[in-house]
Amino acid sequence: MPGPFSRAGVLAALIALLLACAWPGAAHADPAQSAQTARALVPSPQKGKGDACVADTDFMRRYHMTVLNHQRDDTVHNGIRTKQFSLKECIACHAVQGEDARPVSIESPKHFCRTCHDYAAVKIDCFECHASRPESNKAAQLPTGHGDGAVSALSRYLKGKGQ
Amino acid sequence: MTRRMEFHVPQHEKRGFEAAGVDRRDLLRGLVAGAGLTLASGVTLYAVGGVAEARAPGDPVSPEVRWGMLIDVNKCPDGCKACVTACSKENGWAETGSSLTDAQWIRKVEVTDPRTKTSRALPVMCQHCAEPPCVDVCPTGASFKRDDGIVLVDKHTCIGCRYCMMACPYNARSFIHEPLSDQKPHAPRGKGTVESCTLCVHRVDEGRSPACVEACHADGGGAMLFGDLNDPDSEISKRIAEYATQQIRGDLGTDPGVHYQNL
Repeated sequence: MPGPFSRAGVLAALIALLLACAWPGAAHADPAQSAQTARALVPSPQKGKGDACVADTDFMRRYHMTVLNHQRDDTVHNGIRTKQFSLKECIACHAVQGEDARPVSIESPKHFCRTCHDYAAVKIDCFECHASRPESNKAAQLPTGHGDGAVSALSRYLKGKGQ
Repeated sequence: MTRRMEFHVPQHEKRGFEAAGVDRRDLLRGLVAGAGLTLASGVTLYAVGGVAEARAPGDPVSPEVRWGMLIDVNKCPDGCKACVTACSKENGWAETGSSLTDAQWIRKVEVTDPRTKTSRALPVMCQHCAEPPCVDVCPTGASFKRDDGIVLVDKHTCIGCRYCMMACPYNARSFIHEPLSDQKPHAPRGKGTVESCTLCVHRVDEGRSPACVEACHADGGGAMLFGDLNDPDSEISKRIAEYATQQIRGDLGTDPGVHYQNL
């Protein structure tokens, strides 16, 4: 039955549509580049200082909590304070500078750990006790987590959303 | 585990102190210089015995060492809080004014003999007992004694039940009631866990004395001495052997690592 569209034409259009969707370049060109915009599809955490991480990136992605947990028991119970898998060293190396020229804390979505953990929706509670940024001499010791920290985090969040 | 062996170990990891720009010899020289200064101001010999031996960062603590402290109450001036201030600064806790919930790492306690009315003020902190009651009662194993005698809370395992606070005869532990931020990187502390004096374990592991001892020599009366109770040649052991010292509530059999002289 002849219609406005021929069968071959519809098939060709469908194939073209499928190809357009499947082609990776069409969705997002370059992860690093797209992270610059608010429409980033994959997290792109800032690189740490120095040439290389303490282990391969792939290994660190998969096993960072395993090595950190292992190191934590060694440190707390046996006083072993090697630097390779020390959380303190990770935080110092992967510090992200904020607008106030100080490293951002875990309150900020720019924090190295949050970049991926927000994306993966994995809650981390390391920083309920541990410092989430390197020590600064100018740092004021806030007695509680409420107050300025929460307000500035909210304002950063709102600003980020408006972009 | 086998995979860990293949990792690239950064150069700074292998060198320990050298990585921090401090040569071992320089470090020793600095310590000797420090001792010289204290000798000049008349606090004599305390600093020499108060230095922990540096251990390689990768070596576990040894049970051959038992860290302890000797506090000469005669040299602890009334009203001086140099040790308390130093501890607060070092470990990032602060007195908020609500004494029921404040951190209790170290405090000055005034004791008065009811008969003679003699009054003494002395610093009291975790006594780092050889037989710690807090460790006995802990249901999760969070409260533990390190091989070198330092009693700690593993906050990863602490559930905040506070049994240890009830068991401690020295009221040395406190509970964190409020969320915290910007803690010191070397002294993690957070809501829902119990904490107490760690004998500045991060400093001891580096071969330094606790912050209170250092401050006591710099700003206080030079009453505090830190050292290895197991080493008969250490200054602290010699003094404990030479002079009569007391442990607070020694009758309980907890064998505290903190000894008091002239109490």
